[in-house]
Amino acid sequence: MIERDLAAVILRRFFKHRMAGLAIITLLLLAALSFGASFSAYSPTGQEPANNFKPPSAEHWFGTDELGRDIFTRILYGGRISLLVGLVSTLLSIGLGVTVGALSGYYGGWLDNLLMRITDAFLTFPTVFVLILLSSFLRELPLPWLKNSVVVVIVIIAALSWMWPARLVRSLFITLRERDFISATRALGGSDARIILVHILPNCIGPILVSATLQMASAIITESGLSYLGFGVQPPTPTWGAILSTAQVHVFRSPWLALFPGLMIFITVMTINYIGDGLRDAFDPYVIHPK
Amino acid sequence: MASYGLRRLIQSIPILFILSVMLFFIVRAAPGGPLSAAARNPNVSKEQIELLKKQLGLDQPLPVQYVRWMGDMLRGDLGDSIKFRRPVAEMIAERIPNTLILVGVSFLVTLLIALPVGILSARKPYSWFDYLATTLTFIGQSVPVYWLGLALILVFYVGIKNPLTGLPLFPAGGMRTVGQDTTLLDLLWHLVLPVTALSAGWTAWYSRFLRSSLLDVLHEDYIRTARAKGLVENLVYYRHALRNAILPLVTLIALDLPSLFAGALFIETIFAWPGMGRLFWDAARGRDYPVLLGVVMIDAVLIVGCNILADLFYGLLDPRVKYD
Repeated sequence: MIERDLAAVILRRFFKHRMAGLAIITLLLLAALSFGASFSAYSPTGQEPANNFKPPSAEHWFGTDELGRDIFTRILYGGRISLLVGLVSTLLSIGLGVTVGALSGYYGGWLDNLLMRITDAFLTFPTVFVLILLSSFLRELPLPWLKNSVVVVIVIIAALSWMWPARLVRSLFITLRERDFISATRALGGSDARIILVHILPNCIGPILVSATLQMASAIITESGLSYLGFGVQPPTPTWGAILSTAQVHVFRSPWLALFPGLMIFITVMTINYIGDGLRDAFDPYVIHPK
Repeated sequence: MASYGLRRLIQSIPILFILSVMLFFIVRAAPGGPLSAAARNPNVSKEQIELLKKQLGLDQPLPVQYVRWMGDMLRGDLGDSIKFRRPVAEMIAERIPNTLILVGVSFLVTLLIALPVGILSARKPYSWFDYLATTLTFIGQSVPVYWLGLALILVFYVGIKNPLTGLPLFPAGGMRTVGQDTTLLDLLWHLVLPVTALSAGWTAWYSRFLRSSLLDVLHEDYIRTARAKGLVENLVYYRHALRNAILPLVTLIALDLPSLFAGALFIETIFAWPGMGRLFWDAARGRDYPVLLGVVMIDAVLIVGCNILADLFYGLLDPRVKYD
């Protein structure tokens, strides 16, 4: 009962943050549009060379690209990729980060030392450079599931971003494990696994959720950036980054090509950032919202 | 302090070791190894590839190759570029100053804007200035750097022209005007757009971070004490609050260094800035693996070096930190 009340309180506090409420509606709308993209009258890869470089019109809302493909439809399909990559790579990176952070913070000692050395090493990696290297060489491996460039992008983004949640969760665990209620559980004979999963982890949910939003925002920017440079999701799959990269070539001829994909990345990332801000306030008992 | 710096240097060796092993095996694990691009080229025969493998020592076992590569690198030999047939160390040495100019100037501009904005926001939270700054930082944090770069080119190169000459207001790329002597003014003129694009995001993050860390500090007892003893508000802020609030910012910047170089990679690509990022991007498209490995390793060394500097700087700011 108490748990449900707490969830209701947090939800209510979240929607008091007006921008966060607006942001979550915008994001849901974007997701619905992307997953309803199949209803578009155009195909994302259907070419109409006679109809290329058309400015935005009633027929082609965002205009057409160099091959006469409808930009609006391509952007909707691109939204699927961006949201999918953002969501799945965030889940992976949070999962790995929470595991590493929890083990490190709870047990301490040599395990903590070892895990934190590895974490520090990953934190000094020149991220985008390593991502580009990983992306171009992983695709060469003879593994069937790596043939799909979306999978490659998800895996490499997660592999280079778990360090932030790991450090966060470790510091939360270090403070929480010394608390009286944990000593009490231990005195009652609670196993380590039970203490970690049932008693400490639920107390870390707020900060983990906030860090998840940051991860997702940066994963979407990274995915689009990699695709923009040509090392992310491979054509003909439409992605915002890839559309932007063809736009750059034709930027003098048809600037709107560059406008819309960038705007979509910007709006999506901004809504996620606002949701993160709302979550932070909702979980922080010291924030009082002005009426 | 010197001994602390030395110890940090020694501690950074395992980090660079892990990175080097990872990169080396990623590059070598690909089928066909580093010659996979050549292997797909129909103009290159099987025999030629075998010969190349022998020349490059690729027929040796992997650990042997690693030790040899590492040994060469420690002696400053990063191998030769496959495409340009030039020593990689020489190519990188040409590019490092350009990247450092771009990153350094952007970093300075960021601090010059982020520090005052963060301080003003924290001094008058929920004022109109704070709301404006908050909105702008949310925008700055959400704009992808590559899109901002493109947008700036569109507006200031394609769109607005210099009313006196009819030429574009700012150049769209490069470091200097072709056919002219390199002057500081010309360099600065070329720096305006890339630096603007690169600093926007960082400014947003840092000013936001400084604001919240200042607001945290202002609740501390020693601030109340400082006010209670009748200290002028300015001194309370600059001598007592800021010194403490800036510590977590130094940590953030140190941890965030890789993203500075990442941003530079995008900006160098868009603005044809002849730095290490641009070199890397060109090399990645041609699978010029000695260049790729060289740039990543040098970047990692730069990041580790800056990290140590940040730690030493931390000690200057916080007398409680003891280097023993």
